[in-house]
Amino acid sequence: MLHIKCPHCGMRSQNEFSYGGDASVKRPELNKEISDEEWDNFVYNRKSLRGKHLELWQHLYGCRQWIKVERDTSTHEIFNTYKADEEIS
Amino acid sequence: MQKYSIFNLVKNAFSNHENWDLAWKDPTPKEEYDVVIIGGGGHGLATAYYLAKEHNITKVAIIEKGWIGGGNVGRNTTIIRSNYMHDENALFSEFGMDLWRKMSQDLNYNVMFSPRGIINLAHSDSQMNAYARRGNSMRLNGIDAVLLNREQVKEIIPMADFSEDVRFPIFGGLMQPSAGTARHDAVAWGYARQADSMGVDIIQNCEVTGFDVTAGKINGIRTSRGNIKTKKVGLCVAGSTNILAEKLNMTLPIETHLLQACVSEPVKPILDRVVTFGAGHFYISQSDKGEMVMGGDLDGYNSYAQRGNLPTLQHVLTEGIAMMPFLSKLKMLRTWGGIMDMSMDGSPIIDKTHIDGLYLNCGWCYGGFKATPASGWTFAHTIAQDRVHELNAGFSLNRFSSGHLIDEKGLGTKTWIS
Repeated sequence: MLHIKCPHCGMRSQNEFSYGGDASVKRPELNKEISDEEWDNFVYNRKSLRGKHLELWQHLYGCRQWIKVERDTSTHEIFNTYKADEEIS
Repeated sequence: MQKYSIFNLVKNAFSNHENWDLAWKDPTPKEEYDVVIIGGGGHGLATAYYLAKEHNITKVAIIEKGWIGGGNVGRNTTIIRSNYMHDENALFSEFGMDLWRKMSQDLNYNVMFSPRGIINLAHSDSQMNAYARRGNSMRLNGIDAVLLNREQVKEIIPMADFSEDVRFPIFGGLMQPSAGTARHDAVAWGYARQADSMGVDIIQNCEVTGFDVTAGKINGIRTSRGNIKTKKVGLCVAGSTNILAEKLNMTLPIETHLLQACVSEPVKPILDRVVTFGAGHFYISQSDKGEMVMGGDLDGYNSYAQRGNLPTLQHVLTEGIAMMPFLSKLKMLRTWGGIMDMSMDGSPIIDKTHIDGLYLNCGWCYGGFKATPASGWTFAHTIAQDRVHELNAGFSLNRFSSGHLIDEKGLGTKTWIS
């Protein structure tokens, strides 16, 4: 079982979280000319990296906050967790 | 090639079965091939077989990083069905059902196809209505479908929980009598043996490290066992699709996820159908050895690990016990995981790409095994003729941008929507 450290609540079991997918995906900016390709990349296309993957999780059965988790998709090792609006260097 | 027959079986018995030919060779890669198929799983092997058989293209190599049959074709729950509502999936899968019925004779290899029928259980009136609609759509496409009421289901699977005070009582079900199971390893081995006998090189322990693309055309691939020249490359790598796509600078509407399955200890025959739970995601059948073969949801997060976590397994088996309480008495024998190429609409992709000579076969989600023959057949056609067949025309790569999604269940990678 994964243990995810919620930046707000501390270390919790995977059962309290739900997954929200790739956190590096950016929504195209509104009020700008947006091409079909940009929408495709936002809605459908994913890199689905093997190795380090920055992803969104929601602490659904806890504080209900969305967080970012840096996890290895081939070993399931979790390196770091961040608040949703935290800048990651 | 040595034919497998009762005569040869008896003949070889006299020499203690020590003189059988190897089922396929272990060639070193040649310098050039007409077609290179990457991925020696069920779909790749079937593609090579149909390239040779239907299109007379035999200068073909299958490049496999591990060993054939070691990936998803050896890690599934062996279910074969065509109970789809949308035309694209229904016609494609039903075409595959025909190939399944003939497969043992066609390959001269007993794949133990067992058309025992699949029952999708319904747990509400509205679900019965939805199943009636799906059943009617199936029948319009020539697929057998029978809507069963509660009593009829009880007659077929009396071991299920038919109490009325449970959370999800059984209202009835939709049955496809011609659906069933097959011996998954035999499918891989059967295709491999026939493809090999027609001249296909099956190259194992060979990893693809790169592609030679010039001016939008494929010229060859780079592998851990040297460079190979070719004008046509077919990708059949399921959960590893994104890894190879990255080497081609392509980003695909695919995410790689982990799906677990498990078998119980073997018990005496109790279940002679494939049954799915309608209020969640759980399916079960009994293998010829007597094990209960079970599976369900994805683990739910991107993963390339071929092993899963317990929360999902617990969730899936809870559904199983709700459906068939006797399962709680069984000991678990094995659990395993495979990595799935989950497409964004839950339907596959068999198409050409923007790179000339590069063909894509991926996005099989939960349903790769049953699609093996139809996928191989249509992919071989797409590669040989350089155009899609009408059976896989709907499985296009650009359907995501054009809006022609095949949202069979309205879910792809996002399991929590179901």
